[in-house]
Amino acid sequence: MSGLSALFYKELLRFWKVVVQTVVAPVVTALLYLLIFSHVLESHVEVYPGVSYTSFLVPGLVMMSMLQNAFSNSSSSLIQSKMMGSIVFVLLPPLSYLEFFLAYLGASVLRGLVVGAGVLAVTLWFAPLSMPHLGWLLAYALLACGIMGALGILAGVWAEKFDQLAAFQNFLILPLTFLSGVFYSIHSLPAFWQSVSHANPVFYLIDGFRYAFVGQSDTDPWLGLLVSGACFVAISAITLLLLRSGYKLRH
Amino acid sequence: MSQETPAIRVSALHKNFKQTQALDGVSLEVEQGAFFGLLGPNGAGKTTLISILAGLTRASSGTASIMGHDVVRDYRQARRALGVVPQELVYDPFFNVRETLRIQSGFFGLKHNDDWIDEIMHHLDLTPHTDKNTQSLSGGMKRRLLVAQALVHKPPVIVLDEPTAGVDVDLRRSLWAFISRLNREGHTILLTTHYLEEAEALCGRIAMLKAGRVVALDETKNLLKLTNEHCAQFRLDAKSIPAKWQNRVVQGVDGTWGFNFSEYADLESLLADLRGAAVRVLEMRLQEPDLEDVFTDIMKRT
Ligand SMILES: Nc1ncnc2c1ncn2[C@@H]1O[C@H](COP(=O)(O)OP(=O)(O)O)[C@@H](O)[C@H]1O
Ligand SMILES: [Mg+2]
Repeated sequence: MSGLSALFYKELLRFWKVVVQTVVAPVVTALLYLLIFSHVLESHVEVYPGVSYTSFLVPGLVMMSMLQNAFSNSSSSLIQSKMMGSIVFVLLPPLSYLEFFLAYLGASVLRGLVVGAGVLAVTLWFAPLSMPHLGWLLAYALLACGIMGALGILAGVWAEKFDQLAAFQNFLILPLTFLSGVFYSIHSLPAFWQSVSHANPVFYLIDGFRYAFVGQSDTDPWLGLLVSGACFVAISAITLLLLRSGYKLRH
Repeated sequence: MSQETPAIRVSALHKNFKQTQALDGVSLEVEQGAFFGLLGPNGAGKTTLISILAGLTRASSGTASIMGHDVVRDYRQARRALGVVPQELVYDPFFNVRETLRIQSGFFGLKHNDDWIDEIMHHLDLTPHTDKNTQSLSGGMKRRLLVAQALVHKPPVIVLDEPTAGVDVDLRRSLWAFISRLNREGHTILLTTHYLEEAEALCGRIAMLKAGRVVALDETKNLLKLTNEHCAQFRLDAKSIPAKWQNRVVQGVDGTWGFNFSEYADLESLLADLRGAAVRVLEMRLQEPDLEDVFTDIMKRT
């Protein structure tokens, strides 16, 4: 077992030990969103011709859950171990900054995927889904969890207190996910807000992911892939540079 | 064998935190197999020095190496050779004792380490607590677990930062027995402590740090020779003593008389004068200088 796989395993074990909080709770939350929104809007809204509102909503909810949980996994693990001081157990062994990054990233991606699969499993009940583009689905799911897992590492390393992390989550992650077309198509927005949405990388993740389910989207899934891929590379590069410099971890 | 690479080598180490200069040019070597004490008052820079050795902190300038491996450039070999027991009582509340030790082994690339883990747990009396969550351990047990975690990869160099602070006598005794055994088996030990009698009993060599500088560095037996302040305490059957001695021999509140001297000849002439004045000595106790005296002396002088 290399140090990398031990750290990856530790991170998995960490969220698995509190699975109710880390997997079951977000699945239930997503289910509540689905029940409320589809009940209220099902008969009023048809975003794409021939696609029911519930079928439109499900991919958005799955993606939103993956984004939030992938972020939460790495960021809360890091802030907790920094506050507790137990981060030294990871800093003392001969782990490289790249191994550190990959282990936290891998666990975040897996947590995101497990939660996403959970949400999908319970929502299938309400909207029989076809998945015409499985390749797109996997590509977008992985990229989304990767982006948010890396961003969670960045935020967890940067934050020195829980409320700093909460601010990051409430003022950045949450608005980006809610204002990205989870519950509506951005084509229903005024022109100004449409162009603002196009500057939100999360919009592309949700739009492309939805394309994998319903075969229709606001933008070309290839464009979304490009934007998301670039986003992942940029965030990972920044995070790796900070980790290499020892930023806030090895003063 | 100890002629070769030193276990720890630190050279012209400086460390600045914003305003504070925590280390101000520290150089020292600890040879392989040594039991080395690093002493100094709070804030002297002991933990900072250890953090640099462990790669938890980066030096502002200067170099440090473990078993010849630079702690920055060859950090993998350096960290593999080093086991650190941190000063703070830290633990990961998600895991039990065995999981903690298995995971820590994994970080060093060790997969099948249970035999050694069992042995460490046995020596540190952790065996009855194997399946307990770390959160539910008492302070002393958490400290033992920290020691165990530092040893999972059998490091040739072991660094303990105030391992006995706030720890009961039992643990201190069993901890030192185990650490001494590891030292006899060839492990190099670097220790910081506030209990100077512990350092005096255990450490063959000692460095004293003050405000980020090394103010003394020598074998413990040589350091003990630095002070020749002996102290004699008497109970006498008289209310006063010969006038000649009145400013050197002082009576304490409990009625005993204390006499500080550096030459035994002084004691002899005091006793002779007492006898001449027909003062009887009812009881006498001699105190030899110990590390505490030397430490206090050095800290005052420098
Ligand atoms: N992370 C830090 N930030 C700022 N100052 C620090 C930090 N760590 C230690 N210091 C300062 O450096 C000095 C040495 O501290 P330390 O190495 O902990 O001393 P010791 O372990 O000998 O008690 C102290 O003045 C302390 O306040
Ligand atoms: Mg200290």
